[in-house]
Amino acid sequence: MRSVTIIGAGPAGLSAARVLVAAGLRDVLLLERNPEAGGLPRFCDHLGWGVLDLHRFWRGPRYARELVTRAAGAEIRTNTTVTAMAAGGSLHVSSPDGPAVIESRAVLIATGIRETPRGPRLVSGTRPWGVMTTGAFQEMAQARQIPFRSPVIIGTELVAFSAIMTARHAGISPVAMIEVNPRITARRPGDLIARHVFSVPVLTDTRLVTIKGVDRVEGIVVEQQGQRREITCDGIIFSGAFVPEAFLARASGLAIDPGSGGPVIDNFYRCSDPSYFAAGNILRPVEHSGMAAREGVLAAGAILQALGAGLPRPDAAIPVSIGGAMRYAYPQRLVLADDKPLGLFGRARIAHQGRLRVLCDDAVIASRPITILPERRLAITIAARDLVGRSAVSILLD
Amino acid sequence: MSSPEADRIHDIAIIGAGVVGCAVFREFVLAGRDCVLIERDADIISGASKANSAILHTGFDATPGTVEAACVRDGYRRYREIRERLNLPLLETGALVVAWNEEQRASLTGIVAQAHANGVSDVIEISAEAVRSREPGLGTGVYGGVWIPGEAVIDPWSAPLGYALQGVLNGGSLHRNTEIASGSLDRDIWALQTATGTTIRTHVVINCAGNYGDLVEAIARPSPFSITPRKGQFLVYDKPAYDLIHAIILPVPTSRTKGIVMTRTAYGNLLVGPTAEDQAERQIATVEDTTLEALAEAGRRMLPRLADVPITTAYAGLRPATEFKDYQIEALPARRWITIGGIRSTGLTGSLGIAKLALDLYVAHFGKLSPLDEPIWPRVPNLTEELPRPSAQPGRSEIICHCELVTRDEILSALDGPLAAGSIGGLRRRTRCMMGRCQGFYCSRRVLELAAAKIPGLLHA
Ligand SMILES: Cc1cc2nc3c(=O)[nH]c(=O)nc-3n(C[C@H](O)[C@H](O)[C@H](O)COP(=O)(O)OP(=O)(O)OC[C@H]3O[C@@H](n4cnc5c(N)ncnc54)[C@H](O)[C@@H]3O)c2cc1C
Ligand SMILES: Cc1cc2nc3c(=O)[nH]c(=O)nc-3n(C[C@H](O)[C@H](O)[C@H](O)COP(=O)(O)OP(=O)(O)OC[C@H]3O[C@@H](n4cnc5c(N)ncnc54)[C@H](O)[C@@H]3O)c2cc1C
Repeated sequence: MRSVTIIGAGPAGLSAARVLVAAGLRDVLLLERNPEAGGLPRFCDHLGWGVLDLHRFWRGPRYARELVTRAAGAEIRTNTTVTAMAAGGSLHVSSPDGPAVIESRAVLIATGIRETPRGPRLVSGTRPWGVMTTGAFQEMAQARQIPFRSPVIIGTELVAFSAIMTARHAGISPVAMIEVNPRITARRPGDLIARHVFSVPVLTDTRLVTIKGVDRVEGIVVEQQGQRREITCDGIIFSGAFVPEAFLARASGLAIDPGSGGPVIDNFYRCSDPSYFAAGNILRPVEHSGMAAREGVLAAGAILQALGAGLPRPDAAIPVSIGGAMRYAYPQRLVLADDKPLGLFGRARIAHQGRLRVLCDDAVIASRPITILPERRLAITIAARDLVGRSAVSILLD
Repeated sequence: MSSPEADRIHDIAIIGAGVVGCAVFREFVLAGRDCVLIERDADIISGASKANSAILHTGFDATPGTVEAACVRDGYRRYREIRERLNLPLLETGALVVAWNEEQRASLTGIVAQAHANGVSDVIEISAEAVRSREPGLGTGVYGGVWIPGEAVIDPWSAPLGYALQGVLNGGSLHRNTEIASGSLDRDIWALQTATGTTIRTHVVINCAGNYGDLVEAIARPSPFSITPRKGQFLVYDKPAYDLIHAIILPVPTSRTKGIVMTRTAYGNLLVGPTAEDQAERQIATVEDTTLEALAEAGRRMLPRLADVPITTAYAGLRPATEFKDYQIEALPARRWITIGGIRSTGLTGSLGIAKLALDLYVAHFGKLSPLDEPIWPRVPNLTEELPRPSAQPGRSEIICHCELVTRDEILSALDGPLAAGSIGGLRRRTRCMMGRCQGFYCSRRVLELAAAKIPGLLHA
């Protein structure tokens, strides 16, 4: 039996491997389904990677290579897909050697995120060629595959603006950006840059009504203030609306948080089956790679403790619930171990102005006015003493 | 090889390569006739046959005595007979008609009686408790049910692909991207004109044109039926939903409402649908957000835990419906023509029975057969979870599509050979690549690296 197997060689998994190897573990195994380790940054050939964890300002592929280098000492098996996770940390894998089962004392799930494609968004219309997510588009553009010339971009999260840049590099001119909300999701000046630098109109308060085109995309119908009109385009990029790649966790029966879409964890990154840990973007919709890498480091620390002195029993955990405009908060379970404060992260569902309250049972331990946007991370700290003897924590955004 | 198309006179030309055309093609090729299968689209299985519920029907609820009832029964039996040789799957799920109120429960006895009249004698009524013990996941409000052990789920794409492939490998011709625009019968020989001006000559024509059936029929005579496509929209749920039900959950048919079916798919998903909406448009089946939301709502009501499973995608299909309930199958000896029209909602099952019926009509009116002694039986690549997949084989090539575990070699072989994929839809239907939960987020580039050179129009130069 191995000590640790990590599923997914992205920033979270590679950073965890580095820590585990540095701590002296000789049998750390990383399983990566792609032909190369590195995760999503491999396909994001733009600057902005490594800032928080490596204090560098690199392009994605460069960052990915550095993480792989630093994880030296761990065995990385590429072209190896985990197809199922069974209780107690046994993994079913598929590789060119055939199917196999790998047993480990601890498993770290670091399978990342992806965007929500057209299907589950339940958009009306035809189903022509030329509809894709930003992730797919970026990867194609990097390989000089040009699927369309004048697409529309749906959504205004940060990744949508990165799609505009990628598009321009590839000689593609987006005809519009469509945002259903009154303002763009990414922070200003994204829209101004889109408008003035790239001359892409940003249409807020605008809903995508229908997709048109038989074989290929021919246009879309949008609705703005009750008025419908058609926009001619030859492609559609659905951007953002990230979801954790949590299929394995879901299928294996690990508890899933419906708010985050990721596995329920405690403050030791431990899942509902204590042989499994999770870190990185699997935990919730997208964070930058520095955050994913940091979680990988912290989860590795918890795993070392689990393999060594042992972690506190998971069944003593205090569940965290959310209310009001909160979308999710994690860890979803808190286990008191020492007197260090516990950190939680969360997000709001909608732009909200009101009050953030943290309750331990009925006691209000924090209450402050807040103005928050859904793309802003909310950090909450709870002192250990506030949790002593408590049976529930609630985070309310009223 | 064969003589140039213009001089060649086929025994039989089949217009339309849906599941019906493919099954008819196979039947006549194996019967030793020189056949040509003609399809307007870039690939086969691009019409009604590309989007259905994939149920292999016993015919328990057919109207007794109809052509449809006979073809479905026969098709059902023949699919089971040949499927192993073609490597086609069969999920023996059984089906449950579930009554959700007292009125529906009262009609269960009639459903059982009709099933027995159709010769499906193992159909029985069961109590609400028995329904619940079979399907503990169902929501509250179950009043009773009917158990149909023989209903099953199959792979809607591999089946017609297997039929067409067997036809081609045994000497049949296939023309894709070929639309029949008109035709004339001159001294017992049909000259079919294609939209691009070429001619295909044949002794007998078989109209299997699905939603264009009446238009193609007009080449031979004023069509006695007219098609009004009936759209059905579906939701596909991600694989964790597969285990939430076991049997196919069928609604009690009523005159007022068309209920919704829930079924496992051969690919390991769960399907909720279809709707039934008449429309004039023959080719394009759109999905509508409000309808899809209503389907999701209906699904959650019947199966509460569906609320926790992500939707993978939505799709829609068009049933070739006519003003008649029954299939429209007929031989026109003077016109040297066989009509196979209005194969509305059971054609996936009925196709092999329809093919046999067409063969009988041919023998009765047009000519003899000389069945092949030792036909080739191709084994269709398996796309289902029930049979071994290439991704689980030692020595497999790299996995390109991670959601559906599709390997590089599977994609390459679907792009090659006598029935190579002719469109991206055709590639998806042959391999399942890009059809999983990420819908191409992870694999589009790599699929295109393999496919863009073979399938025109996917990328700009
Ligand atoms: C288009 C786009 C642009 C972005 N731009 C930036 C940016 O500029 N800066 C930034 O900091 N962040 C950016 N991000 C976010 C960044 O990608 C993530 O923060 C980071 O990659 C998360 O790391 P991770 O390790 O959690 O997941 P990932 O990087 O997604 O790695 C997960 C790995 O797990 C593997 N895997 C998944 N399932 C299995 C399985 N069953 N078996 C084996 N292996 C499996 C995957 O192949 C993958 O390699 C961007 C994201 C996208 C989509
Ligand atoms: C929502 C839905 C659910 C269903 N569920 C089931 C089920 O569970 N079980 C079951 O057994 N059946 C089911 N069916 C029914 C089944 O799908 C149909 O009966 C069957 O696909 C009809 O096949 P076809 O070959 O007649 O038509 P099609 O598949 O439409 O084939 C006709 C072909 O002819 C071609 N064509 C038309 N005109 C020309 C021309 N002029 N020249 C050349 N080619 C031409 C078209 O392009 C098309 O490819 C369902 C159908 C729908 C829509």
